[in-house]
Amino acid sequence: MTARIFIPRDSGALCVGAEQVARALFKAAENRGLDVTIVRTGSRGMYWLEPLVEVATPQGRVGYGPVKAADIDGLLDAGMLEGGKHPLYLGLVEEIPFFKRQTRLTFARCGVVDPRSLEDYRAHGGFQGLEKALALGPEATVEEVVNSGLRGRGGAGFPTGIKWRTVAQTPPQQKYIVCNADEGDSGTFADRMIMEGDPLVLIEGMTIAGIAVGATYGYVYIRSEYPHAVEAMEIAIRRAREGGMLGPRVAGSPHAFDMEVRVGAGAYVCGEETSLLESLEGKRGEVRAKPPLPAHAGLFGKPTVINNVLSLATVPIIMSDGATFYRDFGTGRSRGTMPIQLAGNIKYGGLFETAFGISLGELVDDIGGGTRSGRPVRAVQVGGPLGAYFPRALFDTAFDYEAFTARDGLIGHGGIVVFDDSVDMAKQARFAMEFCAIESCGKCTPCRIGSARGVELVDKIVAGEDRAENLIVLEDLCNTMKFGSLCALGGFTPYPVMSALTHFPEDFGASPKRLAAAE
Amino acid sequence: MPRYEPWSAERASMIIAANSHREGAALPILHALQQAFGCVPDAAIPMVAEALNLSRAEIYGTVTFYHDFRKEPPGRRVLKLCRAESCQAAGGDALAARAEERLRVEMGGTTADARVTLEAVYCLGLCHSSPAAMLDHDVFGMLDERKLDALLKEAQA
Repeated sequence: MTARIFIPRDSGALCVGAEQVARALFKAAENRGLDVTIVRTGSRGMYWLEPLVEVATPQGRVGYGPVKAADIDGLLDAGMLEGGKHPLYLGLVEEIPFFKRQTRLTFARCGVVDPRSLEDYRAHGGFQGLEKALALGPEATVEEVVNSGLRGRGGAGFPTGIKWRTVAQTPPQQKYIVCNADEGDSGTFADRMIMEGDPLVLIEGMTIAGIAVGATYGYVYIRSEYPHAVEAMEIAIRRAREGGMLGPRVAGSPHAFDMEVRVGAGAYVCGEETSLLESLEGKRGEVRAKPPLPAHAGLFGKPTVINNVLSLATVPIIMSDGATFYRDFGTGRSRGTMPIQLAGNIKYGGLFETAFGISLGELVDDIGGGTRSGRPVRAVQVGGPLGAYFPRALFDTAFDYEAFTARDGLIGHGGIVVFDDSVDMAKQARFAMEFCAIESCGKCTPCRIGSARGVELVDKIVAGEDRAENLIVLEDLCNTMKFGSLCALGGFTPYPVMSALTHFPEDFGASPKRLAAAE
Repeated sequence: MPRYEPWSAERASMIIAANSHREGAALPILHALQQAFGCVPDAAIPMVAEALNLSRAEIYGTVTFYHDFRKEPPGRRVLKLCRAESCQAAGGDALAARAEERLRVEMGGTTADARVTLEAVYCLGLCHSSPAAMLDHDVFGMLDERKLDALLKEAQA
């Protein structure tokens, strides 16, 4: 009998040697004359276990990890192909507590299927959402998404269905579906994981969007820092086209929809939707003033749905299992599940998809296991470079849009970056301003000039130069940026700065320098 | 491993012509030019402008807006070290300083022997395994001094 082995091709697994492991296994199997099929999957998102090698057994998939190429012979000797015991043996992968505690809806197939196989995708429930959308028709599809309560997973949290409805109501003409895959926030990698691990779900989600609003063409705008995701998406699009799931008659229906990948060029601000549209048009990625909304005048001035990868990748399960099924997860106005990403100085880094409402402390201490350095957690930054720093005192905050807003923070794209007690929060505040200065598109003054002045102010404060006065100026500057910037880059940079100042004032004083970064 | 072609206006016109029919063709064209020549040479800018019926200023503006596009070809290998928050939290700053010291080059610079260009990058999406780096298209995570040194050696080889 052929043994089936699963090794991720996800770049999070490749970055710790998955390719070498796959090659070593292939070679060892050949030398030993073993009958083995190696399936390259995405990642399950338990990155401290990568490279995680899985073996199909009658009981389910058994895992071994983290595996090095040099471990392969020992693993084969220990009977890995039959799920035999070994020091790296992890048991059934889906019984690992980190995995078992999750509710995987958007990520149901990620790490499980071969991302390049339409057959595998179908065998695991793929295209059922599309079939349902085709059966229901465009209007009912839009309403299903509205009723699911799905909100934009990119960060802004705007209801996805409302965007769709606005585009659907524009007169028939060329319309576009644009997928924002410019995942630039530090601490986030969920978009990358979906594109590398289950790209067909994104294609299906975009196709459903296209049919629902009357758009026939889509673009996935992927950042250039993600070459593996670009490759995975391009292969999947080709396969979908070959399989009749993209093209003039999607799945044999009268609807036409096709799409392509466009690669960014290293501009963080292009994750802002109007800047992304400018970039897709071939221009400088400068933010547009709104209105007009992209839904009315988006790409090339045409009505455009622009959604994040996770929003679009969640649409198929909403369609297949129903708006009510999805909406029943979550809390308050944050419905469904959120793929939360645990990053930075963390013991168990990875992706944890769960219903909204879990507390920040549970995510960091319990699920994430605290710091990798073993030192106490001092601060976490939630929501990327524009998100607030939270001290331990706020770890009771529930993970949902409103609860974070109420505490002057944001969940953004769901990334949590953990820092231990060696962090210098004045340095982090300075970095937030510096990053804004580097990445500002330059269109509006508060962001372009304010960020440069912000860096200088933090320097003066730390140096003890007119400290009290400069703290007032910094706060004033943050208010100007917050209320005077065109987009979230300048508008949200005050979050990390002010939260650092509010929760960690001791780092901005003339107090003795904190310990250098942990070893 | 990137090997770049010497500048050729004829080759550049072919690249431009192959992409100019696309909607919003500027970025795909600029990427394709950079892939061939290692950079977007100044001489290419008026050619792109003409093909897309835009002004030189517009194309120049686009080229200079994006961090990716270069004016000169990089070294033989490009090593990008992530300098964003997640990698800062995991000791990335010290590794970046070490890389600069070992290569005797600052971020954004190319070694004297033109073997390695060292660059800062703001997130590679490998934040679960910080600190992270990318050597050409190969990714590396969970870096420490030992792994960084091995990576620097590979880059210089």
